[in-house]
Amino acid sequence: MEQGVIRKTDPKKYLNPYLMGVLLGFVLIAAFYFSGRGPGASGAPKRVTAGVVAVVAPQHADHSAYFSKYVHSENGPWKSWLNFEVLGVIIGGFISGALAGRLKIKVEHSPKITSRKRLFWALIGGILFEYGASMARGCTSGAALSGIAVWATGGYVTMLAIFGGAYLFAYFFRKLWI
Amino acid sequence: MGPLVPQGIISPEWDFIIALVIGIGFGFVLEGAGFSSSRNLVGLFYGYDFVVLRVFLTGGATAAVGILLMDYFGWIDIGQLYVQPTYWGAAIVGGLIMGLGFVTGGFCPGTSFAAASIGKMDALMFVVGTFLGAFLFGETYPLIQNFVNSGNEGGIKIYDSLGMSRGSFTFLLIIVSVGLFYFVPVIEKKVRKPEY
Repeated sequence: MEQGVIRKTDPKKYLNPYLMGVLLGFVLIAAFYFSGRGPGASGAPKRVTAGVVAVVAPQHADHSAYFSKYVHSENGPWKSWLNFEVLGVIIGGFISGALAGRLKIKVEHSPKITSRKRLFWALIGGILFEYGASMARGCTSGAALSGIAVWATGGYVTMLAIFGGAYLFAYFFRKLWI
Repeated sequence: MGPLVPQGIISPEWDFIIALVIGIGFGFVLEGAGFSSSRNLVGLFYGYDFVVLRVFLTGGATAAVGILLMDYFGWIDIGQLYVQPTYWGAAIVGGLIMGLGFVTGGFCPGTSFAAASIGKMDALMFVVGTFLGAFLFGETYPLIQNFVNSGNEGGIKIYDSLGMSRGSFTFLLIIVSVGLFYFVPVIEKKVRKPEY
C-alpha cells in the first residue's frame, strides 16, 4: 500500500503522521505569516458563549467581568478570527472524513463501557477542558501548538501541564479506554 | 514582509477569510491524522498509540524552523507575531485541569470539532461541554480572577527562560523530538491497542 493516499475502500487508514505533522507546521506558518497569530480552538466556544449570554441576559453579560470583555470587544463576540477559524476546522474535518469514507454517526467507545457512560464523560471532559483553557488562556491548539511555533514560555508550560496532567490522571480513568 | 494583515499589506477584511482557510487546513490535518477518534488520542496516555506525539512535535518543530528561516530571509518580522503572555500559576493549574479533561473526555477542543464534523456523537457531547465550561468559567471568574491574573510575565520566550539562544533551543527541540520518535515504538510494541 502506498503511503499518504486516502483510500475510500479502507476507512481505517489514516495519513502518515510525519507528513501530517509537516502539513500542520505549514498551517501554523501560514497563520502566522498572514494573520500574525496561530490557530486556536477553545477561544471560539468562549466567544460564542459570551455572545449567547449577551443575547439571553444582556444585563448579566454587562455585569460579568469576564463575558463583558468579549461582548464589548472591538468586533463583538461573533465576528472573531477564532470563530471563523473553528468554522474552517469543522469544514476541513468534514472534507477529510468524506474523502476517507469516515462519515458515520456513532458514539465511539470501548466495549467495556456503555454509550451513555462515554457520552457522560465526554461532556465532563469538555467542561473541564474549556474551563482549564479559559484559565490558561488557550488549549492544546492556541496555547501549546501555537506557543511552540513562536517559542512562548507560557505555551511550553501549558503544554507540559496538559500532557503531564493527563498522564497523572490517566490511571484513574483507564477503564473508560482500555 | 509578514505578518501581512497586522502590517496592513493585506486589508483586515481578508483576515476572516484567511481564518476560515487556515481552519480548513487545520481541520483537514487533524481528521486525516486520526485525531477524530478519541481512541487514537488517548493512546498517548496509555502507551498504545503515540500518533499525537508524532504529529504534534513534527508540526511544532516544522513551524518553529519555518518561522526562524523566514525571519532569517527577512520574510517575516518575528517581533510582530502574537506571543501569548506567560502567567505561570494559571498556565500550570489550567493545564492540569485540561489534562483531566483530556483523559475523561478523550478530546481537546480542536479535535472535538473535527471529530464532531464526521459524525462522532461523543465529540459532539464534548463540544456541548466546552460551551458549558466557558459559561461556568465566566460565572466563577470573580472567585478566581485574582489567581488567573496574577504573575503576568508578558510574552517571554522559552529560550530566554532557559538561558539559551533561539537557534540552539530550536535545534534541541528537533533533537528531543527525533529522539522520542525513535523511542516511542518501543512502548507501542509492548502495549496492545484496544480494538473497537
